[in-house]
Amino acid sequence: MTVESGGAVKAPPIETPKRGLRAPAGTLYRGTEGMWSWVLHRITGTAIYFFLLVHVLDTALIRVSPEAYNAVIGAYQTEIMGLGEVALVGAIGFHALNGLRIILIDFWGWATQHHRLLFWIVIGLWVVLMIGFTPRHLINVFSH
Amino acid sequence: MTAIPAPRSGGGRGGRRTNWEKWGWIYMRASGVLLVVLIFGHLFVNLMVGEGISQINFGFVAGKLANPFWQWWDVAMLWLALIHGANGMRTLVNDYVSRPKVRTALKVALVGSTAALIALGTLVVFTFDPCLGADEFPDLVLSICNA
Repeated sequence: MTVESGGAVKAPPIETPKRGLRAPAGTLYRGTEGMWSWVLHRITGTAIYFFLLVHVLDTALIRVSPEAYNAVIGAYQTEIMGLGEVALVGAIGFHALNGLRIILIDFWGWATQHHRLLFWIVIGLWVVLMIGFTPRHLINVFSH
Repeated sequence: MTAIPAPRSGGGRGGRRTNWEKWGWIYMRASGVLLVVLIFGHLFVNLMVGEGISQINFGFVAGKLANPFWQWWDVAMLWLALIHGANGMRTLVNDYVSRPKVRTALKVALVGSTAALIALGTLVVFTFDPCLGADEFPDLVLSICNA
């Protein structure tokens, strides 16, 4: 946005998203990057929260006995849970990167105007993160 | 027609009271940045270095918790993440739960579970003794304890 001499704020023209006939109508917001980043942030945040509740409890077993802790951590080392951990790291990675995007949008005018580009940068960085994590983690899970 | 208060007027409650929503908004961003560093570090050390998840057992965690650096790292994560998560869940409750009594009950549950888990986790980190149970489980505990 540019501030003119009188102090009035002149908004840039709002891009109207291109849509097919089947896309939701009625608002500029629905169905675009802004909506999907918001939806994914809520879903990943909720999933991470419920994992966190369980994870504090399972780690607390370290204070009970070595046997109790090793029994519960053994459950995290199975093949099925190994795949679940890929999903968990994926959720954390998206929530973290999109959270940083939200902060940029809040404090930096350029980011506010280019929030849709930033969404795709978040997706790109997330893909790089997962390419780095997934093979190494799955080798650790399936080779033991 | 309902009058809508002007932006930044404190929601029509008068400007002198503490604006808790503003501090919540600031907290989510400040804790979020710290949590990116703390949790990415946590995941890297536990899942990427060495044999990753296969190496995690009592001895691995006991080794980390013997070091004040990891004690404070874990306690910082515990407090920041639980409060960040509970405040995020409060936002969802406000958005999706329309019955006032259910909303209040869920928020009480959020405060209660957060306080309980923070107390539990903090106590575990600072009262943990790696040689606990050395007599009962000599094969499982650190070799240093059997000396």
